[in-house]
Amino acid sequence: MRHIKHKPRSASRNTSLPTIALLSAVAIAGLALPPVEAAEMSAFEIAARSDRSDRGFESSRVKMKMVLRNAAGKQATRTLEQVTLEIPDEDFGDKNLIHFRSPGDIRGTALLSHAQIIDPDAQWLFLPSLKRVKRISSANKSGPFVGSEFAFEDITGQELNKFSYRLLGQEPCGALTCDVLERTPKYADSGYTRQIAWIDTEQYQLRRVDFFDRKNALLKTLEYADYRVYGGDIWRSHHLSMVNHQTGKSTALIYEDYVFGLDLTHRDFDKSRLKRLR
Amino acid sequence: MKPSALLVSALTFATWSTISAAGDIEMSGFVSPELLIFQHAPAHPGQHESRLAPSLAIQPEFRYELGPDDRLTAIPFFRWDAWDSARTHADLREFNWAHLDDGWDLRVGVDRVFWGVTESRHLVDIINQTDLVEDLDGEDKLGQPMVNFGLQRDWGNLNLFAMPLFRERTFAGRDGRLRPPLYIDGDEAVYLGDASRRTLDLALRYSTVIGDWDIGLSQFHGVGREPSLIPGTNASGEPVLIPVYEIIDQTGVDVQVTKGAWLWKLEAVARAGQGETFAAFVGGFEYTIYDFAQSGIDLGLLAEYQYDGRDPTAPPTIHDNDLFLGLRLGFNDTRDSALLAALLVDHKTGARYASLEAETRLSDFWSLDIEALATGNLPPTDPGYGLRRDNHLLIRLTRYF
Repeated sequence: MRHIKHKPRSASRNTSLPTIALLSAVAIAGLALPPVEAAEMSAFEIAARSDRSDRGFESSRVKMKMVLRNAAGKQATRTLEQVTLEIPDEDFGDKNLIHFRSPGDIRGTALLSHAQIIDPDAQWLFLPSLKRVKRISSANKSGPFVGSEFAFEDITGQELNKFSYRLLGQEPCGALTCDVLERTPKYADSGYTRQIAWIDTEQYQLRRVDFFDRKNALLKTLEYADYRVYGGDIWRSHHLSMVNHQTGKSTALIYEDYVFGLDLTHRDFDKSRLKRLR
Repeated sequence: MKPSALLVSALTFATWSTISAAGDIEMSGFVSPELLIFQHAPAHPGQHESRLAPSLAIQPEFRYELGPDDRLTAIPFFRWDAWDSARTHADLREFNWAHLDDGWDLRVGVDRVFWGVTESRHLVDIINQTDLVEDLDGEDKLGQPMVNFGLQRDWGNLNLFAMPLFRERTFAGRDGRLRPPLYIDGDEAVYLGDASRRTLDLALRYSTVIGDWDIGLSQFHGVGREPSLIPGTNASGEPVLIPVYEIIDQTGVDVQVTKGAWLWKLEAVARAGQGETFAAFVGGFEYTIYDFAQSGIDLGLLAEYQYDGRDPTAPPTIHDNDLFLGLRLGFNDTRDSALLAALLVDHKTGARYASLEAETRLSDFWSLDIEALATGNLPPTDPGYGLRRDNHLLIRLTRYF
C-alpha cells in the first residue's frame, strides 16, 4: 500500500495572557477615559500589546475537533491534538506538533512545524502506515488545511512581525469595544491582500478577522468565541468559526481544555520525535 | 500460512488477552477487502485461470502504556488470497517494547523502520525485508526482530541496530499472478558463505537537519534483503527459482533539499558482497504548483533518474537505467482525495511500466483506493518480463476501527 499524499498543513496558538495587574489597570483606565489611551497608541503597538499578552505560556497541549460544513450543510469531522512550544524570541515562530486521531485513514498522521517569521517554515509529515517522515514544502501558505476553510497561514500566521499594521478606528464588538486594525502580510505566498482584525480593549484578544483575497474581495470571516482564562492570565478562545463568503462553506474549531506548563524542550520538537508518536 | 506465522499470531493474542485484563489498551486497525482485475489470461503454467483475484487483509493494532516513558505495541497482519496460497500469509508487523527517554530511546522486539527520501525507488531503506507478495512497489515490509538504540543530540540523531533473525522475502506462489515464468519457491532458500537465518545483522544510521537540508548516512552489515534468483528444482521436483541470500556491506546516503515548492532528492548506495562491488543512485525532484489554474487542486510534477551498476551475478533489478516521471494531484477536498500517475522508462531497452494510484475517503470509517499497472515494450531480458500479461486494476476498500 503506497502512500501517495503530501498531506496536511499546520496550526498554532492564537491567543494571549495579560497580567492581572495590567488587566485591571486597563479596565479602570478604560472606564475613566475610554478612547483616549487607545487612540494614542499606534497600530503596531496595539497589535504588539495583543501579541505580547500572549507570551509566557511556554508550552501547551490541547485536543480539538474540526467540523467542516459545505454550503448544503453536510458535515465532516476530524479530531486532532496540538502540542506547542513557545519561542520567546519574536524573530522566530513557535514550534508545534499536530497529531490526527480521526478519521481512521489519517489516524496517527502527524505534522511538525517550525514556524519562521519571513522565511518559509520547516515542516515534516509522519505517515504511520510506512513509518515514514517526509520533509514537505511550506510554500503552500494559502492552501487549505486538511480540506478546511482554514488556510495554513490563518493558523500559523498570527505572529506579530509577519504583518504591517494600520489603525482604522474603534468600534463596539458585542459587549466590548474593539480597536480595528488593517494588517498586511509581509511574507511571501500569502493568499490575502489584507486582513481586518478586531482586538478588544479590555483583554486585548482577537475577536474577529476579515480576510480579503488577492483581488481584494472579502473572502472569509473568522470569529473567536468562548474565551476561557487559565491561571488568572492566560486567555484562549475555545471556539473558532471560519466562514467562506464566496463558497458558503465553513469550518469550526472546537477546543477542549488546554494543559499548560508541560516539561518540553526543543528536543521534543525534533523531527525524530515523530517516530515516537503512537 | 506458515506454522511459524500461526504460532506468532497465537502468541500475540495470548499475550494481549492477558494484558487486556489490566485495561487501557488502545486498539485500532483496519479490515480491507480488495479485488484484482487482470486484463489478460495468465501467461505462465500453473497460474490460476481466473482474471478476478479477491483477497482480504486484516491488521489490528494494540498499544499499551506501561508508564509515561514505556510502551508496548503489537500489530499482527493477516492476508487471505482466494487463489494464491503463498499470498495467504500472516506476519507480525510490530511486537515491541519501547522505552522513550530524554535524548535517547531503546526499542526491543519486532519493529518497522523506514529510511530514505525518494519516491520511485527505496535504495537506502534496508532494515526491513520487503513483503513482496503484498505489493510489487516494495513499500510493504515484514516486521524485523531487533534491538534499536537511538540517541538524539544537538549534533544529530544516531541509531544502532542489532538484528538477530533474518526475514526471508515473500513471493507469489505457483497459482499467483505477478511473478516470473518459473515461480519463486521461498521454502528452498539458500544461504551462501556466512549468511544464515540466524546471522546477527548490524546497522547504524546518522541523520541531521541543517536548514533546508535533511541528511542521512547509513551503514549495514548482514544478510542482503534482496536475493539472487537461480533456476533449480524444489522438493517436489518442480522447476522453480530459488532465492539465494548473501552477506553484504552497504553504505548509504540520502539527502533532501527543500527550497520553496521544490523538493530535491537523492539516495545513493555502495554495496559489496553480491557480484562486484557496485554503486546505485536515484535522484530528482518534486515540484508542486499549488492551486493549479485556480482549480483548488495542487499539481505535483516528479522526475527521478535511476542508475544501478550491479553485474549480472547480483540480484536482478529493473531500475538500472531508468527515468521516472510522475504527476501527483492533491484535490484539497474534505475527502483528502489524491492521485499519483507514474511512468518508468528504461532508456536503453525502452521497457515501460505505467502506474496509477488514487485514494479518497468515503466516510469517517471507510476509504477507497484504486491502483492500476500496465507494462509495455518489455524485452525478454527485463526482470519484469514475466509481468507482460499482468496488466491490472486493483480496487481496495478499507474499514478502519
